[in-house]
Amino acid sequence: MVRPDTFHEVREHLAGLSDAELEARFWELSNTIVEPLVELARTHTSPSIERSVLMRMGIDSRTCMAVAAECEKRGLLGHGAGHVVLVCMQVWECDAPAAAARLAGGEGWDLVAERFGGAR
Amino acid sequence: MSDLLPPLDPGTKIDIQSLLDGLENYRPRRHGWTWRTAVPNQKMYEFTYRETSEPLKQSVPLPAAHYFDNIDPQPECVVTTEIASGRPEDDIRRMRMAAWHGADHIMVIRTAGQSHIDGLLEGTPEGVGGIAVTRKQCRLTRRALDLIEDEVGRPINYHSYVSGVAGPEIAVMFAEEGVNGAHQDPQYNVLYRNINMYRSFVDAAVAKHVMAAAGILQIDGAHNANATAVRAWKVMPELLVQHAINCAYSVAVGMPKEQIALSTVPPDAPPAPCMRMDLPYAIALRDLFGEYKMRAQQNTRYMEADGREATVSHVLNLMISRLTSADIQSTITPDEGRNVPWHYNNVAAVNTAKQTLVGMDGLREIVKIDRENPELKSRVREIKERAVLFMEAMLADGGYFAGVEDAYFVDSGEYPETHDDGIARDSQGGVAEGTIVPRAEDYMAPVCHHFGENHLPDGLTHACDLIGGCTLCDDSKVPFIDELDPEDNVNARLAATAEMRERGLIKPEVEWAGDGIVAVTMFLPVSDRVAEAAALELGRSMNLSDCEVINKQVMHPAEGTLIELKGRLDVAIDPGTLVIPEPAEVLTDEEIRDFVHERGLKAVAATVGEDEHSVGMREIIDIKHGGLEKWGLGVTYLGTSVPVEKVLDGAIEHAASIVLISTIITHGDMHRRNMEKLADLAAEKGVRDRLLLIAGGTQVTDELARSWGMDAGFGRKTHGIDVASFVVQTMRERGM
Repeated sequence: MVRPDTFHEVREHLAGLSDAELEARFWELSNTIVEPLVELARTHTSPSIERSVLMRMGIDSRTCMAVAAECEKRGLLGHGAGHVVLVCMQVWECDAPAAAARLAGGEGWDLVAERFGGAR
Repeated sequence: MSDLLPPLDPGTKIDIQSLLDGLENYRPRRHGWTWRTAVPNQKMYEFTYRETSEPLKQSVPLPAAHYFDNIDPQPECVVTTEIASGRPEDDIRRMRMAAWHGADHIMVIRTAGQSHIDGLLEGTPEGVGGIAVTRKQCRLTRRALDLIEDEVGRPINYHSYVSGVAGPEIAVMFAEEGVNGAHQDPQYNVLYRNINMYRSFVDAAVAKHVMAAAGILQIDGAHNANATAVRAWKVMPELLVQHAINCAYSVAVGMPKEQIALSTVPPDAPPAPCMRMDLPYAIALRDLFGEYKMRAQQNTRYMEADGREATVSHVLNLMISRLTSADIQSTITPDEGRNVPWHYNNVAAVNTAKQTLVGMDGLREIVKIDRENPELKSRVREIKERAVLFMEAMLADGGYFAGVEDAYFVDSGEYPETHDDGIARDSQGGVAEGTIVPRAEDYMAPVCHHFGENHLPDGLTHACDLIGGCTLCDDSKVPFIDELDPEDNVNARLAATAEMRERGLIKPEVEWAGDGIVAVTMFLPVSDRVAEAAALELGRSMNLSDCEVINKQVMHPAEGTLIELKGRLDVAIDPGTLVIPEPAEVLTDEEIRDFVHERGLKAVAATVGEDEHSVGMREIIDIKHGGLEKWGLGVTYLGTSVPVEKVLDGAIEHAASIVLISTIITHGDMHRRNMEKLADLAAEKGVRDRLLLIAGGTQVTDELARSWGMDAGFGRKTHGIDVASFVVQTMRERGM
């Protein structure tokens, strides 16, 4: 939409604010704008987020890629790719890189399906 | 310290191979950002500085510093240089050069296209317009910077980018590898990289949370709106909004305010009256964001190929930094408008910042912004109100995502004016659309510093206890991948230039070792189009290949054009074939003084011909400049514009054995004629053998002066000690 500069017409409700009040308004609006964005982030995850979890578990990037991709394909990302690896670690009694390597090699997905109820 | 490499030697090139050796075991010795240590009222030479920091242990001072006891005062703010050669091994040498001139924030630009790679790259593939950011590249760079910061004596911050679709992974890798600062702003992904908006914000929260834990300083991406805007002076309200969104979002996901820096740039440049336009904006920004850090960027929006014009714009930008505030002063190389920055232009940009900031040191105390000036006051208020109106309308229209869909951002109108030419993005489109997933009720991430819902078992004190420690708690768990591509890697590139390094061959370069690029500046007395064609032909005559005109400026439509030409010179010099004159030996004060006293040496000195220059000669003579008087030499100064005959008469009259003439003007070979005349006259009068005839001047060289009958010639940067040492040594040799 093309609109001429209506600044002087639409600013009237701000004219009475002191500088401090205007600044407070600026930050109140900023915080209101980001509120739903933060909520979206709090309740969602993504392939990159899940790979970042696997990385923090000490898993190298290529294995992270393989495991997260398989989780995504099987509809398991919402449980957490790290969670998937953790389940296998516990069953196999090994560390995270070893469990992830086996998962990347195609092992253990039946185990995972059993735990999380299979594919979406 | 985790590394055992020997310290750098200022006389030796940095050894890239030794940095690569054992890299798999290198671990960063610190994490997080480091500010400079300010020294209030610092005394250096004869001056007191108000806004400087601890000096460097080793550095290259500004060119004029030799008049000031070679001091190299460092501003109190961090100074950034952006490095983008595309090859980490070449980046490192450039970092070392920039650090010696005062850079302590090394911002490594990423290769084009990395934003869209959904995952991490590994190894050291060559990039375009920047490097591929990988673990190995970060580790190599951080390891080199450890050595460089020890060499200059000040911590150096290494910085890169947590943007694109792999943000959370890059943030974790940066946290693990001790990267000190990073750009992170989901709006950048959305607006300029067309990455799906939901994915960008969801990823950003996790990335920011990890960065916060690792103490990585965050810089936002708002300056891009300025660089993209059709009319940059219209974009100010939106810039405030973009800064606010990233700041508020970062704080909400757990980043402390002191770790958040705004990337702010004075939007305009001459011929606009840019200082009057941009200062109100800079003030409005600092009023609103007083709790955050300011990273002052320089203008790129109005940069052309002329390095001089860019430098002047940047000096004006620096003046705004000095009149308001800057925690980090970024620099843009003066050649960025014409090519990927060259080595020496990184140094030029750093020096522009250092020179300008030091030159305006303490200016704020005596030159204050008049906040009550009606124009300034109303404009500051107006920019803030326009930003508030922008946000009110965006909220009324459904919030941020709806606002982006409605092209609120990067519109060429100054809000509430719109031209309907902003960047619109579809919430159901873009790269990686449809890839975010709701976290299930049993969602779990058994690692530390993870943002968002995380259903860890009850009673757990530390999230990573479940897995026996995560990489952010236990550094030994960080994995390392070396090269994935057998051809595109640092080892292959180093092998290609190994002969040059091993034999120490010398080849010009601007970007990569051995690239052979040179620049030639020429004035051609023809119109610009003819000049351009002629310059390319001249370049080929100079044996340059791949010639390209990188800048041209009309001096007059018919009278001529200035051309800057680049080309490749495929010639390498073996230093073994060079004849390099030994630097003249200087004697001790005592030795000179004894010799002078023994003989009661006297000199006459004058600037000869029609020449009124006296400064250079006075520096050679005067005791306060460390001149000849210092050792007791009696000097009779005859003045300026003295005829050669009078100089010689003066020498005879005062029984002087040394004649010093200064000759600055070289028009019509005046300097040559005066020297020859002095030598001839001395011979005619039969006094040549008992006199030392010495000439000095900016265009004088020893070789020329001797060929024109002098005993010696001295050019720029000569000191009294050089002349005194020559006199004593020569008189001894000749038994005078």
